[in-house]
Amino acid sequence: MFGIELSMIWAVLIAVAVFLYVALDGFDLGVGILFPFAKDARERDQMQASIAPVWDGNETWLVLGGGGLFAAFPKAYAALMPALYLPIFLMLLALIFRGVAFEFRHHGRERGKKWWTFAFSAGSIVATIAQGLVLGGFIQGVAIEGEVFVGGPLDWLTPFSLLVAASLVAGYALLGAAWIVFKAQGELAERARRWVKQLALLTALAMGAVSLATLGVDARVTERWGLTMTSVDWPVFIKLAPLPVLAGVILFLMWRGIEERKFLRPYLYAVCLFLIGYVGLAVSLWPYIIPFAMTPADAAAADNALQLMLVGALVMLPIILAYTAFVYWTFRAKVDDHATYH
Amino acid sequence: MEWDALLLSRLQFAFTIGFHIIFPAFTIGLASFLAVLEGLWLFTKRPVFKNLYLFWVKIFALSFGMGVVSGVVMSYQFGTNWSVFSAITGSVIGPLLAYEVLTAFFLEASFLGIMLFGWKRVGPGLHFFSTCMVAIGTLFSAFWILSANSWMQTPQGWAWAEDGTMVATNFMEVIFNPSLPSRFAHMVLAAFLTTAMVVAGASAFALLKKRALAESRVALRMAVLMMALVTPVQIMAGHESGIVAGEHQPAKVAALEGWWTTRTQQPTVLVGWPDEEAETNHFEIAIPGFGSTVNNAGPDVVLPGLDQFTEEDRPPVWLTFWAFRVMVGMGVVMLVLGIWGAGAWALKRLDSSTWYHRALVLAGPSGFIAVLTGWITAEVGRQPYVVYGVLRTADAVSPVPAGSVATSLLFFIVVYGIVFTAGALYILRLMAKGPDTEETPPQSDQPPGTPLAAAIKEAP
Repeated sequence: MFGIELSMIWAVLIAVAVFLYVALDGFDLGVGILFPFAKDARERDQMQASIAPVWDGNETWLVLGGGGLFAAFPKAYAALMPALYLPIFLMLLALIFRGVAFEFRHHGRERGKKWWTFAFSAGSIVATIAQGLVLGGFIQGVAIEGEVFVGGPLDWLTPFSLLVAASLVAGYALLGAAWIVFKAQGELAERARRWVKQLALLTALAMGAVSLATLGVDARVTERWGLTMTSVDWPVFIKLAPLPVLAGVILFLMWRGIEERKFLRPYLYAVCLFLIGYVGLAVSLWPYIIPFAMTPADAAAADNALQLMLVGALVMLPIILAYTAFVYWTFRAKVDDHATYH
Repeated sequence: MEWDALLLSRLQFAFTIGFHIIFPAFTIGLASFLAVLEGLWLFTKRPVFKNLYLFWVKIFALSFGMGVVSGVVMSYQFGTNWSVFSAITGSVIGPLLAYEVLTAFFLEASFLGIMLFGWKRVGPGLHFFSTCMVAIGTLFSAFWILSANSWMQTPQGWAWAEDGTMVATNFMEVIFNPSLPSRFAHMVLAAFLTTAMVVAGASAFALLKKRALAESRVALRMAVLMMALVTPVQIMAGHESGIVAGEHQPAKVAALEGWWTTRTQQPTVLVGWPDEEAETNHFEIAIPGFGSTVNNAGPDVVLPGLDQFTEEDRPPVWLTFWAFRVMVGMGVVMLVLGIWGAGAWALKRLDSSTWYHRALVLAGPSGFIAVLTGWITAEVGRQPYVVYGVLRTADAVSPVPAGSVATSLLFFIVVYGIVFTAGALYILRLMAKGPDTEETPPQSDQPPGTPLAAAIKEAP
């Protein structure tokens, strides 16, 4: 009884860590995705400066997600990682290029700088695509027998996972554009506003498409939402209908409010949009930690391990959130103010 | 030898961890060095310390970035390539790694932002605090990862669960396992020495080129002090680590010593060519009986040789043997340079001895070589086990096809090759240029507007 509760607590904690990763590193990667659309080197410097002090902390949530899954749910980690071997490595390699480019861009000379500018952008795009492939491969489920992965190396590669990957690129780009609205001034901020408008529509379309496609992944999802291709089970669907309705409202508010001088608001709306998608996904896949194969209780580490880590998490997470907030507060100003341009 | 997923996964792990460890080994020491520099600057207000800080922080930023990205790889690789190991040991060492993330990674990553970009945003006290947090974070990180790795060397405080996984019976015993104290000390001191050798090499180079004389003289003295004081302590820590290994991992000690026969009065093999087929060392030069003395064994104590272990229980001998010798050789280099430097300092010749400066430039990478070969000694010497005596490496590998692992390994070699070459080039370029000094006001060759360039201009 207590064991089930502990594993649920940890499932929620890891879900929160992954969401924080998406909300925070999502805008970092989004800025990288938008790099090719910058007007000149000065704009690219501004865009990168807007994320340079915080990207490393943001990426640490990914380490907590991976490390936490290993520590709290070793069996899920051991079954998922081999199944998603290739897209995970694609992500890691892309993140390497993106990560070192922050510093390398400023140390390279002519050609070096051009190359690391390209590496930063391409790394961000490929890392996002790879994360989308991982997410898609995860949602559609992996072949597991007796807690061990038994599928092939390319099982994750389906039209569905490609759709999720494309959608995530649009979504991260939206987060990135909204972040630039918050951090940039002048012409770049104006352009970012237009990006937000375009990407909001694209993200809405993508979310709709992924939602519909997820219904087709497994009969249990269809049943959960009360939706099939031909019929709607209203008593079931009505309880979950607030999610898509809320997403629509937020999109409308973001679209309408983008010209206002509320610079942080578009980003917060974009995070809300991601949160709704995330909750919707959790509803679809509940109560599995590996869809339709393993529940948190099945995959959990021993109780004493979960307890020890819970103590650590309860003590450390508030401290981590406090100093993370402090760092963001320290760098709250528009980019122009702290990076002097000539 | 078959090129299967097992061998490829081992190669990939060795390659990625070998690449990764270079950077933490350097940045653990460098973070503490920077904290000391900034503290000295705040205390004395002497500009040399500020100039040194601003110089080394650029190198720190480059190295730390490479450490972070290669470290993220490690946290996923346990699952992708060693999923059976993960499933079996997760309940025991998982919490240790989780604590590393919670107590160290976030601390380092968050305060790094303030350390690099926060010059004008926070006061000098808070900036110093941030540098200290980064330095402390690197040490916390070293503690937890060494704890997990030492448990894999000397496992205790665990039991088998019904489902065939391991569970902890006592986490205090798991965390503070027998080899942790000596191995943690050995690693942290190795990191400090690695940094000292790089700082000494770069400062000596600047002195040879007659650049930034005031800064280079100060940095050289700090490095020589570290070398002269810490190398003897490090040798004792290494010795203690060997004694612990002798108690818990006799096959490792037999392999690194090159002992094939079990006997009293084991020799110290200085050089030789271990032959695993013939079970002997060719071209051996040895000091009879001295090996037992070094291993704290009396003349009548029997010490096990490799003949005590069946072939499938022995680690690869040649690699363990030679990695150990190269590591010890680098330690001797550091010891000699430390004594030489202390002597030159006492005779007031530290700044003028060009031969000493040349030797230091040459020995700049000696710390890295020692760290890498030391890790090879520890990890190859642990074979054929991943958890010593309990779980064999061959039984820990993921059910992934060899083709996937070959692909990822190939890409790692290419990508790390590019990243490492560029990173090393940029760091060497910075070192060749040396610190900016007061006489020539800070002029960065970086394009205006880069955060770091701005930070340098704004530095009080």
